[in-house]
Amino acid sequence: MTARDAILAALRASGAKPAPAPRHPVPVKQGEPVARFLESVKAVGGHSYRVSDAAALAAEVARLPVWSSPRRVSLVPGLPGGTVDLAAVADPHELADLDVAAIPGEVGVAENGAVWVTGASLGPHRAVFVIPEHLVLVVRAGDVVNDMQEAYGRITLPRPGYGLFISGPSKTADIEQSLVIGAHGARSCAVFVVG
Amino acid sequence: MIDFHPEKARAFVLDDERAHWHDKALWFMRVKRDRAAATVPEWESLREAAEGIKLHTLSRLADYLEEFERNARANGIQVHWARDAEEHNRIVHGILEKHRVTRMVKSKSMLTEECHLNPYLETRGIEVVDTDLGERIVQLAGEAPSHIVMPAIHRKKEEIGDLFHEKLGTPKGLSDPTVLTEKARGHLREKFLRAQAGLTGVNFAIAETGGFVVVTNEGNADMGTTLPPVHIASMGVEKVIPRLADLGVFLRLLARSATGQPVSSYTTHFHAPLPGGELHVVIVDNGRSSMLSEEHRRKALCCIRCGACLNTCPVYRRSGGYSYSYLIPGPIGSVLGPHRDLKGHASLPFASSLCGSCTDVCPVKVDLHHQLLVLRQEAGEEKLVPLGKRLGMKAASFAMARPALFRAGGRFARFILRVAPALARVGPGAIWSRGRELPVAPRESFAELYDREEAGKPEGRS
Amino acid sequence: MGKVGLFIPCYVDQFFPRVGLATLRVLRGLGLEVEYPRDQTCCGQPMYNTGCSKEARPLAERFVKLFAGYESVVAPSASCVSMVKLHYPDLLGDSAEVRRLGERTFDLTEYLVDVVKVTKVDGEFRRKVGLHRSCHGIRELRESSSSERMDAPFDKTRQLIGQLRGIELVDLERPDECCGFGGTFAVTEDAVSCMMGRDRIADHVRAGAEVIAGYDMSCLMHMDALARRDGAKLPVVHVAEMLEKARLSR
Repeated sequence: MTARDAILAALRASGAKPAPAPRHPVPVKQGEPVARFLESVKAVGGHSYRVSDAAALAAEVARLPVWSSPRRVSLVPGLPGGTVDLAAVADPHELADLDVAAIPGEVGVAENGAVWVTGASLGPHRAVFVIPEHLVLVVRAGDVVNDMQEAYGRITLPRPGYGLFISGPSKTADIEQSLVIGAHGARSCAVFVVG
Repeated sequence: MIDFHPEKARAFVLDDERAHWHDKALWFMRVKRDRAAATVPEWESLREAAEGIKLHTLSRLADYLEEFERNARANGIQVHWARDAEEHNRIVHGILEKHRVTRMVKSKSMLTEECHLNPYLETRGIEVVDTDLGERIVQLAGEAPSHIVMPAIHRKKEEIGDLFHEKLGTPKGLSDPTVLTEKARGHLREKFLRAQAGLTGVNFAIAETGGFVVVTNEGNADMGTTLPPVHIASMGVEKVIPRLADLGVFLRLLARSATGQPVSSYTTHFHAPLPGGELHVVIVDNGRSSMLSEEHRRKALCCIRCGACLNTCPVYRRSGGYSYSYLIPGPIGSVLGPHRDLKGHASLPFASSLCGSCTDVCPVKVDLHHQLLVLRQEAGEEKLVPLGKRLGMKAASFAMARPALFRAGGRFARFILRVAPALARVGPGAIWSRGRELPVAPRESFAELYDREEAGKPEGRS
Repeated sequence: MGKVGLFIPCYVDQFFPRVGLATLRVLRGLGLEVEYPRDQTCCGQPMYNTGCSKEARPLAERFVKLFAGYESVVAPSASCVSMVKLHYPDLLGDSAEVRRLGERTFDLTEYLVDVVKVTKVDGEFRRKVGLHRSCHGIRELRESSSSERMDAPFDKTRQLIGQLRGIELVDLERPDECCGFGGTFAVTEDAVSCMMGRDRIADHVRAGAEVIAGYDMSCLMHMDALARRDGAKLPVVHVAEMLEKARLSR
């Protein structure tokens, strides 16, 4: 008997009584989502901005101090200023000295400042969201929802085969519960809402 | 083993300043959790739904695991099954050996602690670096984690500074958490860049989509799985949930319960290997199917490892993770450990005042304090309760079944307390008296006051 | 309303008889017919808590028979009432008789508020009071909301004693943390038990309490024993004693 068969048989023999799947509670909507989202991003250690269109986005991003560092990637359609062409990078290890990456998100979540980024937006190397020192995320105002339950209504999986919620910069409180920003991932996270 | 927790706890409490420091640190986590939960009006409904989803899943666990496996394989994920810790370790080692891995990075997984994976791989020539900062700290110190979410919560920053100086060669006398974290970032970045494989745990495995979710604040799981080409994920059978939408419920509860954050920094959904890479999932039983068969215990499998029960437990806060004989301490550990080995962890069901705070903070509503009480009955049946205590209870039960004997015994005890209290300081009385005064004994019992009340007489001396 | 069976926990009968007397007087003051079954001894909780079900069972069986004939069973103790309501089914089997007993057994506070429906308390207690809401009362009997759950706050004990003239209920930093008595826990894990109790007392002292009030004498006995050892002047009082001289009405 394979381990698989043994385990499944043991689980089936356990006598757990059938229990129906419950309905999910309907979340209470709390205020206008974009305003709340912008506040939540700040609460989780990020910086948030609202801009009216792609031109304004480009202008505001260009003004970010991190955007003047030498090694930059832009994966956001219509956002110029990248200095590293990911297509020319064969190995993600080569991105170890990346200063900043700008990545588009598909959903913004008001209750926690999270941005859903899929593998399709990350280009050839998934590491591009975690390896740079700084992160810029861009999401459309119309794509900001109230809460995670609403967000999962918008997300499609398993295609593409990878996706994640990013909420603010990397952080830890493992040393005497002192919050430190910038553990292994980005030290800063600037989130732009367009529209 | 019945004295394990009390003896360790006594030593912990003896350092009064440190014990209070530890208590305050964990209480602060509880306060943050409360503040976060208060921002969600439907919090209690979410707990009900989370409990319901988990119980439903447990009632069809084999079906959901098969669905998960089918969909995961369709996504190009390789699925393995391990009956026990040894089999899990062999499978993991086999994958690493196939790829000639000698350097692996690992993000937090209590399952791999349970399987003792690190020493297994290390004796076979594989360097395993724990990359969660707290885990790395205890790894460098040669200690076990003392908390499932904050493994180094028992360590003061000066001690961590000393540890880094000794093990990483950082300057002597560092203690600023920001500086120490920066040093760890540099040290671990090297490890990430040189790793040939990354191993993670699994927070949730989704049957419907054939993928799984890993949650971190540091991004260590992501650094460890986007650079090396091989990713191995270890999961217990109970980690599967039915649908993608179910994550909406769990993720609204998890970080708020664990750290008081609305969500963790990185919630990564793995549904396919890296291009040109391999993604493996090892599904592990190791005693979980036996827990599923125990009706009283089954609910403990709903646990999503948030650590809220540890933070709220007044006993854990004042005794620390190392006072518990099981690798997971606190209320959930005091259920899981004794289930695995009641004799070996016999002190744990009794290392609780049964206050019930754990049950009320648990995001999936595991009735922890009731489970501890059930475990006590099992310990009693297995004769794991010390003989002296059992005989004492037998004597008390005998006396209590006989009102005249109860009244005579009570009168005698009160007499001794009034006239010769030193005699009362024996056995349990002696232990009571270590830190407390004995009760002041009244001359009359309630029954006697009642008789007088019934007879309409004025109150006598009491 | 039918006859009330007065359930006086074993340790209250022997060591805090005045609490039993106060309970009797509070109930009789409402015009209720109250009887104290003389042969009661112990509900079996100490044995059950120690894992000695076999020793607890005969006491529980005795209890069920002794209190069979009463409309309600009332005790000045949330912890003993929890044993009867919540754990007797596990100990004795979930029979209709055991369930019925559980449904009509009450701690004094919940009996007054939910059954008698007392709304007015006319009396006085001119002190600064720290209310210790014991764990069984909060998390088993749900006599007040727990700080862990996100429910609308409520507190049946406060509803009653809060009306006493001159009373000032202080605000604790940890409003419902366990005092550490926990039954045999107080002896098995005496180091942690004492630290927990001392921390509770310190919270009350910092909040300015002159008296610690509660509805479980077990908790109060433990905190009193610690306070006296430390030479602190912090008397304890049971809610029944606070209400004894008051006029309660619907």
